[in-house]
Amino acid sequence: MATQTTTFPLPSEVAAVPGTEGSDMYPYFTRVAPGDDERFWFYNGMHFPEPIPAFDAITAEAPYMSLGAYNTRVFAIPTVLGIDHRIINGRVYISAVPVTDPAEIERRLAVFQERAGYYFSNWDRLYAQWNQKIAQLLADIAAIDVPTLPEFDEAAVVTEGRGIAQNFYLLERFHTCIEAMLKMWQYHFEFLVLGYGAYLTFFEFCKKAFPEISVQTMARMVAGVDTLMMRPDDELKKLAALAVECGVESAFVTGRSAQEILGDLSGRNGRAHVWLEAFEKAREPWFNISTGDGFYHHHRNWNDDLSLPFSALVDYVADVRAGKSLARPTERLKEERERISSEYRALLASDDERAAFDQMLGLCHLVFPYVEDHKFYCENWIATAFFNKVREFGGLLARHGFFADTEDVFTLHHSEVGLALTDLALSWASGSPPRGPDHWPAIVAERKRVLAAYAEWAPPPALGPVPEGIADPLLLMLWGITSDQLRAWAEPAGEGNELRGFGASPGIVEGIAHVVRGVDEISSIREGEILVCPVTAPSWAPVFGKIKAAVSDIGGAMSHAAIVAREYGLPAVVGTGHATKRIVTGQRLRVDGTSGIVTILD
Amino acid sequence: MEETGGANVAWFDDIDLDDRASVGGKGASLGELRRARVDVPPGFVVTTAAFRRFAREGALPRAVANDVARGYARLCAEAGDDALPVAVRSSATAEDGAAASFAGLQDTYLSVRGEANVLDALQRCWASLHGEAAVAYRSRLEVREEEPAMGVVIQRMVEPRSAGVMFTRSPLSGDPSVVCVSSSWGLGSSVVGGEVTPDEFVVNKVTGLVVRSTISDKEIRHVPLEAGSGTREEPNPPELRTRASLETSELRALTEIGTRVERHYGCAQDIEWAVDGRGTIFILQSRPETVWSARDREAAAQRALETPKAKPFEHVFSFFGPRKT
Repeated sequence: MATQTTTFPLPSEVAAVPGTEGSDMYPYFTRVAPGDDERFWFYNGMHFPEPIPAFDAITAEAPYMSLGAYNTRVFAIPTVLGIDHRIINGRVYISAVPVTDPAEIERRLAVFQERAGYYFSNWDRLYAQWNQKIAQLLADIAAIDVPTLPEFDEAAVVTEGRGIAQNFYLLERFHTCIEAMLKMWQYHFEFLVLGYGAYLTFFEFCKKAFPEISVQTMARMVAGVDTLMMRPDDELKKLAALAVECGVESAFVTGRSAQEILGDLSGRNGRAHVWLEAFEKAREPWFNISTGDGFYHHHRNWNDDLSLPFSALVDYVADVRAGKSLARPTERLKEERERISSEYRALLASDDERAAFDQMLGLCHLVFPYVEDHKFYCENWIATAFFNKVREFGGLLARHGFFADTEDVFTLHHSEVGLALTDLALSWASGSPPRGPDHWPAIVAERKRVLAAYAEWAPPPALGPVPEGIADPLLLMLWGITSDQLRAWAEPAGEGNELRGFGASPGIVEGIAHVVRGVDEISSIREGEILVCPVTAPSWAPVFGKIKAAVSDIGGAMSHAAIVAREYGLPAVVGTGHATKRIVTGQRLRVDGTSGIVTILD
Repeated sequence: MEETGGANVAWFDDIDLDDRASVGGKGASLGELRRARVDVPPGFVVTTAAFRRFAREGALPRAVANDVARGYARLCAEAGDDALPVAVRSSATAEDGAAASFAGLQDTYLSVRGEANVLDALQRCWASLHGEAAVAYRSRLEVREEEPAMGVVIQRMVEPRSAGVMFTRSPLSGDPSVVCVSSSWGLGSSVVGGEVTPDEFVVNKVTGLVVRSTISDKEIRHVPLEAGSGTREEPNPPELRTRASLETSELRALTEIGTRVERHYGCAQDIEWAVDGRGTIFILQSRPETVWSARDREAAAQRALETPKAKPFEHVFSFFGPRKT
């Protein structure tokens, strides 16, 4: 047995942040349980880089409900079941449940082969069906009409003999809303594990044939060039070019807000209206991209908050005026992908290996559109539409005095919102005042205080005993967790001037660090700085046009940010564990995106 | 009259791998490299025919001496240096084959100046064919002892700023997609002889990226004597010791050359190279890499790493299935 030198605190040893003891913000099943100390947990900082407000716990419940169901019950992945999660001081820790009994693995393998084989054999038809289901779900969410609870119900309840009063719909539609989110996450994992399985199979083969190959090189072989996630940024570039073409570029002045720019344009004659029409057209659907990654209610989409796209637009317009070409070199990227694949293929030792390589890479290309494009529909469009619908229910409760502000609804767990709405439905029925205004405001205030306290806590990257090897391929693929990574994380932060992560995009640069902890801070990034962040979200793409390099705490080489960094030719190191804690804004850094080493030079 | 015919010297431009029997492995390979349009310092081979004439007479035949002297004079004239330093290196017929490397077992004389010294080094090389270490190595590999023959390469010296060796696949993992370069200041003999810990670079052939670079503290270097024949060891200037002995652009160029040579030969290569003061890269020698090629042949005899399946997605089953440890 190898000596176990890597240690993390045990779950039971983690003390509550002072002043938050006994908080009941999250459901009982997310609390540390007896037996948890025997298991290995790691902080899912990739999806939950900040403490989660009580309502947003749904973005832990829903995905693990679905990922686990597909792994454990639907496709019967032979070697791994689902994922358990705990919320500790506001942070989500997760632990996979492995299958170790060889007989059970064999039994599951038979089911898996039949079911996964069916999905792979019918991939295109099932994926077309998936797109229809998603379109239906989007329509269903849009159609949720939040009741206004007027003094007298609509006349139609009588004239149509509906037999159902509006307070019933209040609860029904809230449930429909919650169900839509759960359903989105079900669809989200319908193809995902199989898709990642295709990637991992190819990657594993490549690593055997080419032991020194980097994940980024393998990723370049499978990556698509035209994906939906690239579209919003591409649309901004087109709008920038159009602004110059229409002669309205003078409206795009640094420091102006979106409203000022739009106000200026609508007051203009000439071709300003051409631009405004194109802008409105681009907004649907392409501005339904989240400024985060859809896991938090405050990750608004571009339509909700135009500041991010407009700050990028101002920069892009300046680029167009300076004669810079903004178009992504898609043809060159495709050619480069083909060249790399065919050169690696040629280096294989036999025709059999080349034929196997072709099959595996072909499978990656089959699954790629789903793996990339689902993010636009699920985490971006549907997730932000869902939170906006919840806001409408929040607004109704605020109007009835349950709390001061619409946004306060997100300090409550969705089950608690259900209770508040039941209270309101009863009160509307009885004609008595609701009880909520006496009950919820104190809870809302307490939750805000606790959440602020959690934000000051530095979560350990992992908890519990580290397994000998990370056997679960999904952890590697989705979260970039490897045994080496864990060893690096276990080293005390603050020593030495080097951080190690995954080299996600090659190249070496030096520059000034700008640490950004949340999406609300990204507009402060200046030209030529090095972005240091907990995790880079897909919609941050416009920022990549400004920065020199990117460094993140969490993430794997297949993350969208890694793909974008490669396209922009920026060095990127992801999954460093501690970068936002070790680095402060203004420090000089050297980022080596090839070796995955970040050096603090000051 | 001679029983065996054949010229005493053969210029690199006139020979290729098929001439192994008459010029030895190293000489044939240098001729072949020029075909692959690789920069090889100019030179010629004193043939095995000349060696046999020498062996029969027990002394250096006048005709051989004259031909070698004429060849050396031509190199001097081309370079505009009456006492041009050359490398005199043995090129045995059993050497540098695909199955065995024989590396370093035959003599090499660096920076030899003047006709008399060249002829002296030539005869020392011939004598080395019967050296003990060489005999022991041949018998272990069952190279037949009868009729060993030797060519001797006489080649213009490159005065290298840096030099070393490169493998066109990883010597550690066998990965065929990378080139591994060992490099140090001065002549490559310090690297080949293990007298310095060289800088080590791993470069990806497909992307051209330097995947790893380890810069060592290089205490000493070998340099040609300023006057007379031979080389000497000297300490590197302090500012050079921990500086990279190759630029990234040079590494890329080396990788490109290594890949080209490998493609030309159709198998992985073990290459000696040098970069002169102007940054020109020369290839001094290339021979097939032996260790991993042998392992590959063994592995291929058993089965391929992976074979195509009836349906492509079946590959995924083995990935998710029970793992053999």
